[in-house]
Amino acid sequence: MLKQSNTYTNHPAAEKTTRVPKLIGIALAPVPLVLIQPVLARLVRDIATRRSELFERLGPHTKTFFMIDVDELPFVLRLLPDPKGPKLTAHRRRENIEFGASISGPFMTLFTIIDGNSDSDAMFFSRDIRIGGNTEAAVCLRNAMDDLEGSIIDDVLDIGGVAFAPLRLVMAHLRSKENTI
Amino acid sequence: MSAQKSAPHELDKAFAAPELVCPAGTPAALRAAVDAGADAVYCGLTNATNARNFPGLNFSVQALEASIPYARERGTKVLLAVNSFATAPGSAMWREAVDIGARLKVDAIIVADIGVAQYASETHPDLRLHLSVQAGASSPEAIRFYCQEFGVKRVVLPRILTVPEISAIHREIPCEIEAFVFGNIGMMSEGRCSLTNYVTGLSTNMDGICSPASEVKYAEDEKGNLSAKLGNYEIDCFEKGESAGYPTICKGRYLTPARKEAYYAFEEPISLNLSSLLPELIKAGVTAFKIEGRQRSRSYVKSVVSAYRAAVDNIMEGNEPDLSTLISLTEGGKQTQGAFKSKKWR
Repeated sequence: MLKQSNTYTNHPAAEKTTRVPKLIGIALAPVPLVLIQPVLARLVRDIATRRSELFERLGPHTKTFFMIDVDELPFVLRLLPDPKGPKLTAHRRRENIEFGASISGPFMTLFTIIDGNSDSDAMFFSRDIRIGGNTEAAVCLRNAMDDLEGSIIDDVLDIGGVAFAPLRLVMAHLRSKENTI
Repeated sequence: MSAQKSAPHELDKAFAAPELVCPAGTPAALRAAVDAGADAVYCGLTNATNARNFPGLNFSVQALEASIPYARERGTKVLLAVNSFATAPGSAMWREAVDIGARLKVDAIIVADIGVAQYASETHPDLRLHLSVQAGASSPEAIRFYCQEFGVKRVVLPRILTVPEISAIHREIPCEIEAFVFGNIGMMSEGRCSLTNYVTGLSTNMDGICSPASEVKYAEDEKGNLSAKLGNYEIDCFEKGESAGYPTICKGRYLTPARKEAYYAFEEPISLNLSSLLPELIKAGVTAFKIEGRQRSRSYVKSVVSAYRAAVDNIMEGNEPDLSTLISLTEGGKQTQGAFKSKKWR
């Protein structure tokens, strides 16, 4: 019987890649959330239009609020994946926001899962990511995201256009690190 | 993954390469399995007619119809699991699932229920039938019955048999043998387990769902201990840093007055990994290797199927397979050869 020895977070390359998300977090910390909200609102609207197939697998959980807590970011995200009125908003952690299901973990781990390059179950079993609240909703969201052709991160970068050019470079850098793992 | 030079598992040239049968919970996972080298993929519809009826998983009829050509064009077969047990008065849903499979010309239907098998064999006599592990057929007599009555062409054996026992069965049955080689390993009583039903009211065998996610609750305390509940029952509690598991009753840790500490009363959270037994299984008459995991991600499917594709190819070339990388994808970071190696595997 062998014990697990190769989780994402204990890989040497993971040590390097965590620096970039930390820097992103530091850079975003002084930014007022009021400036971020319109960007998030546009992103979620456009993705809902482009990726309408996402909602089919969510079933009743298109009405569930998901709290996404990326460890390195200075805020949490709240997502309502409702095809008729999708919402994505940022909130400070001190706010007492209501949600149906939560997913949290380090940036790089969540990044590789969304990119389809990492197994979310294995990441959960190894305690690299955490889920809370309505487990069925979290499982539905995982299955819906996992069935998307390509990566939703590329959609975000595409929607952002020229304004997201620096972010595109950062993501390319992170993906090059991701491929070394 | 590279093959080593030694050839300790030389197979007689008479042995054909086994078919690698791989899970597909979504169209994306199907494409991942096909691209990774699956000889066949198995999938289910989005309802209770299959034993992985999990939320957000499986194929609508349209999605299945759209996915089949992707597999076919790459030489991969598509098998449709209709392997839960039909229940009155809703058995029309199972008949409809069989009809859908026949209409879409899937390569085989995987059945467990004798009523479903009867309907399929009578209504679609040209449709190939495989007997699901859910049927729990583990004796030559039982397997021959399904072959004679319904024309079953392949049996998926329950995970309760040693390799010599499989070899003995092979000599006494008129159909192919498929054996699980990797993935979740459960309660050794496929098709008969009622533990989930007892706690949640939903049946693994009739509703197609073991430990429904709607009944699962995880809660982490301030010390980082993670509690996993199914319904009102705490199935396990993992210390900070300890590998966690999904709260299936058969893999829970329980407290009893007779023991000082919580213990695994039935099974441990552990994955089957028969990578080192593959040559013996081929010699025993197994013609298809099955990877479990329709509920897992496309990343998992890609990793496991790629590894097993390379392993099977290496073995057929007389080389030693290396599947050490798969440990990170096992449940609880632990693996076993289960009953295939010994009845005393625990």
